Amino acid sequence: MVTADVAAGRRTSVIVALVLLVALLTLASLAVGPVRLSPLAVVDALFGGGDEVQRVIVQEIRLPRAILGVAIGAILGLSGAALQGLLRNPLASPSLFGAPQSAAFGAVLVIALGLADVRSYALPVAAIVMAFLSVFMLLSVAGRNAGLLILILAGLAISSLAGAATALAMNLSSNPFVALEIAFWLLGSLADRNFRHVILAMPFILAGAAILFSQRSALRALSLGEETAQSLGVNVGVLRLVVIVGVALGVGGAVAVTGTIGFIGLIAPHLMRPLVGYDPGRLLLPSALSGAALLLAADVAVRIIPSTSDIKVGVLTSLIGVPFFLYLIVRERRALGGGVA
Amino acid sequence: MSEPFLTAQQLNVTLSRRHVLKEVSLTLERQRLVTLVGPNGAGKTTLLRALAGLLRSSGTVQVGGETLAALPLRERAKRFGYLPQGHMVHWPLPAWDIVALGRYPHGASDPEHLSAQDASAVMRAMQATGVLEFSQRPATELSGGERSRVALARVLAVEAPVILADEPTASLDPGYQIEVMRTLRTAADNGVLAIVVTHDLGLAARFSDIVLVMQDGRLVAQGPPAEALSERILAEVFRISAFRAGHEHQMIIVPWAGV
Repeated sequence: MVTADVAAGRRTSVIVALVLLVALLTLASLAVGPVRLSPLAVVDALFGGGDEVQRVIVQEIRLPRAILGVAIGAILGLSGAALQGLLRNPLASPSLFGAPQSAAFGAVLVIALGLADVRSYALPVAAIVMAFLSVFMLLSVAGRNAGLLILILAGLAISSLAGAATALAMNLSSNPFVALEIAFWLLGSLADRNFRHVILAMPFILAGAAILFSQRSALRALSLGEETAQSLGVNVGVLRLVVIVGVALGVGGAVAVTGTIGFIGLIAPHLMRPLVGYDPGRLLLPSALSGAALLLAADVAVRIIPSTSDIKVGVLTSLIGVPFFLYLIVRERRALGGGVA
Repeated sequence: MSEPFLTAQQLNVTLSRRHVLKEVSLTLERQRLVTLVGPNGAGKTTLLRALAGLLRSSGTVQVGGETLAALPLRERAKRFGYLPQGHMVHWPLPAWDIVALGRYPHGASDPEHLSAQDASAVMRAMQATGVLEFSQRPATELSGGERSRVALARVLAVEAPVILADEPTASLDPGYQIEVMRTLRTAADNGVLAIVVTHDLGLAARFSDIVLVMQDGRLVAQGPPAEALSERILAEVFRISAFRAGHEHQMIIVPWAGV
């Protein structure tokens, strides 16, 4: 198949281009900040050269931030692509299942109860536990063999519940500084993260990514619908569970250290489909890479945009993401109105 | 007489507390085209799904001497090519990739890197249904008739001993209807047991070796078309009378009037 080879070749070049883009943006992320460094100085400091101050800035302040940008952008893009494949719906994203909102609630609860401060290990652990709980709750409400519509509705209910619980925790918080701290943390940011955050989030992100990648050919078979996929030997119930667990692990780990950063998972797969095609299995890697590029770019942008107080990266991704979401609804309106089985 | 390949004993299915399939038993051989007819809601789709092991049923299904319930999912998938009603494709995948998914039960997970054996099975299936020429066109850009042939090719590519097709001729023009039935007839002649759900009694009478008639969850008649689609059955099950004739050893039935 000549044309199939062309498509495969184009996919490879897209992936190579994305890897280069992520590398460039990583370099930019290391260079940009209150102290601007040249790319050469960054590379020098990264490998132990340059002066003491530059080494500390690059290695200890900006490198964890850049690593988290890559890893969290990637897991969000990957989760979005996997969920869109699972639900066969281009409007799906991780927040659809309420996992990030529940993870955020877990973290907020820890802060509000005064159990720990924002740099404590208790915070991410609580976030991950809540992400898991939300998934289990979703599955038990929706039932093991629930249809997609029921899953979506249950996810909506759970994310609303998590949102309300978070609001309640802030509402009841007696200390105004705590409420402020929660609010800032909820906005989602990569600023002031250190290697402890990286080490804490990484195992979950990597495990989630590995789980999601392992399901790529089952997701491809699912393009033909659940019944056909089942008849081809895909255990659709297990596939659904595995994908949701993968998303919960990755997104829970991510939210735990950065707060909620929305819409990367929605946008990344859409940017990639015109370039690499619609196959949900082949969409995973490019979506992860473009998610990483998007989050890095947004995180560089918040440091460049002049403002009196620093803009949170989660705010920026939402400002870009929501209009994009509306555009998708308009574009998919006919298909959605026509009833997606 | 060749030996039975697919048998079902006392199949019962209950869906949301409704008893949809009642005590269905059947014995079928390979190299047969079997049509499954009956009024709407008679349980035809449920029977196909129960035979393929796609829903929980009580009773036993045996395929090639093995008990279906004891077979892992992947092994079941190698034995049944299942074509659901409507044969939906959710993303605009190229026709080749869709047909190649028919090799999934055989461990071929990537349509772009098929083994020689898998690739030739895909080619054969696409040739048999005449879709090779648009193998790289996205399924969403194909006409209804073209899409249904791609879906049929996907089922043929499994190269399973049993094909279960749920209304493969629905919403097709007469030319495509005949083409689809001919393809299934050829598959049956080459050794496959093809079970085809249809509402078209004319196609059923003309193309099948055996007709299964269902009513209200039960199998009420089975046998060669002339026998299973007798005047009595047509009157009792479908509440119609029909014009009946013979032409070149094939039976002609045209539903004529209500009774």
